[in-house]
Amino acid sequence: MSRVRVAIVGGSGYTGGELIRLLLFHPMVEISQVASGSQAGHFVHSAHPNLRKISTLRFCHPDDLTTCDVLFLCLPHGVSSGEIERYRTLAPRVIDLSGDFRLRTPDLYRRWYGHEHPAPELLSEAVYGLPELHRAELPEAALVSGTGCMATTSILGLAPLYRAGVVNQSIPLVLEAKVGSSAAGAKAGPSSHHPDRSGAVRSFEPTGHRHTAELIQELGQFEGGELQQMVAFSATAVEMVRGILVTAHVFLNENLEEKAIWRIFREAYQREPFVRLVKERNGVYRYPEPKILSGSNYCDVGFEVDREQQRVVVIAALDNLMKGAAGNGVQALNCMFGWDESLGLTFPGLHPV
Amino acid sequence: MSAVCPECEAAVEVENLIVGEITFCPDCNAELEVLNVEHPEVALAPEVEEDWGE
Repeated sequence: MSRVRVAIVGGSGYTGGELIRLLLFHPMVEISQVASGSQAGHFVHSAHPNLRKISTLRFCHPDDLTTCDVLFLCLPHGVSSGEIERYRTLAPRVIDLSGDFRLRTPDLYRRWYGHEHPAPELLSEAVYGLPELHRAELPEAALVSGTGCMATTSILGLAPLYRAGVVNQSIPLVLEAKVGSSAAGAKAGPSSHHPDRSGAVRSFEPTGHRHTAELIQELGQFEGGELQQMVAFSATAVEMVRGILVTAHVFLNENLEEKAIWRIFREAYQREPFVRLVKERNGVYRYPEPKILSGSNYCDVGFEVDREQQRVVVIAALDNLMKGAAGNGVQALNCMFGWDESLGLTFPGLHPV
Repeated sequence: MSAVCPECEAAVEVENLIVGEITFCPDCNAELEVLNVEHPEVALAPEVEEDWGE
C-alpha cells in the first residue's frame, strides 16, 4: 500500500518541526514537501537540529508547493484563512493547526478575534480536530482545524463533567493555565529576551484569551449550543519550555462523592489512547505534571473533590507542542484515514527529565 | 475475577495473591490489603501511625 503524501506549510516553526519529527517515523506517511518562506533552500535540520542525520529534506518556498494528499498548515494565526482557497487546490484534505478555523460561527470568531473572518463560509465546514470529541466526523472531513493548546488541556479536563450534566452553570467556571515559553512560538521578541523571560511567572493574559472561545464552543455542545455559563480564564507564562498545567474550579449541582467523579472520568476516558487519569494516593506524581509529558501525546487529567464547597478542582496537563498542537494533529490524521490512532505517537515521554 | 478498589472503584486483580497480602490499586495507587481471594475483596491497608513521642 502506498504511503499518504503529506506536505507541511510553515515548517520552520516549533509546531512544524514537531510535526516533521512525528511524520518522519509514521509508517503510513511520506513527507513530500516542507515549505517555509524564510528558510527556503535550507536543510530542515538547520531549523530543527534534533533531525540531523535523520532527514535530508530541504525547505521549499510556499510558491513551489505541488499537489499532495494532505496539507498541514502550521502558519501564524490569521495567515492560512487568507490563502485557504489556494491551499485547498493543492490537497483534497487540509489540516490547519492555527486558530483560523477552530470556531464554528462567524459571530463567535468576531467576538474573540476582534475582526470579521476572511472565509466565514468555511467555518461550519471545518471539523474541530480533537479526536476525543469529534472522532466520528474526522473520516469524512476535508478541512480540519487544530486545537488551541490551553483550550485542549481545559476541554479534556472538563468535558466529562459537562457531558455528565453535573456542573452548576449558574456559578462561573474559573480556570487558570500555566504555560511554557514554546507556546509563544519560534519568533523572538522583547518579551522572550532571556534576562526578562528566564525565571518569570508572567500573567500575560489574565482576561480575554482567545482559547476561551473554544471552551465556550466545545463545552457548550453537550447542551446543543454555546456554553451560557460565564468562563473566567487566565493564562500565565512560567519557567518551562514545553508544557501546560490547567487548574479549573467547577461547582457541582449536587454534592457528589469522590467515587462518582471517578466513575464519570473513567467512563469518559477508559478507552481513550491518549488521556490518562492521574489521581494517586501515593508517590511524587499524584496529579498531572507537564514535566513528564514532554514529547509525548498524552493529556493527563486528575481531580480533587471539595465536598464542603460542592466543588471539583480539575487538573490537566499536556505538552503544548504535542497533544496541544502537532501530536493532536497527527492523531486527527490517523482518524481521518481510519488508521490506528497511536501511529507515530507512541513515545511515552522521559523520566527523569 | 477482580476486587473493587474501595477508594476509586477500579478493578483490582487478586489472582495469585493471598489473604493479608498488600497490593496496590492500578488507578489510584491506594495501598490495599487482600481480604478474600475466592470472593475477591480488598480494603484500604492500615496506614502506619506516626509516633510523636507523646
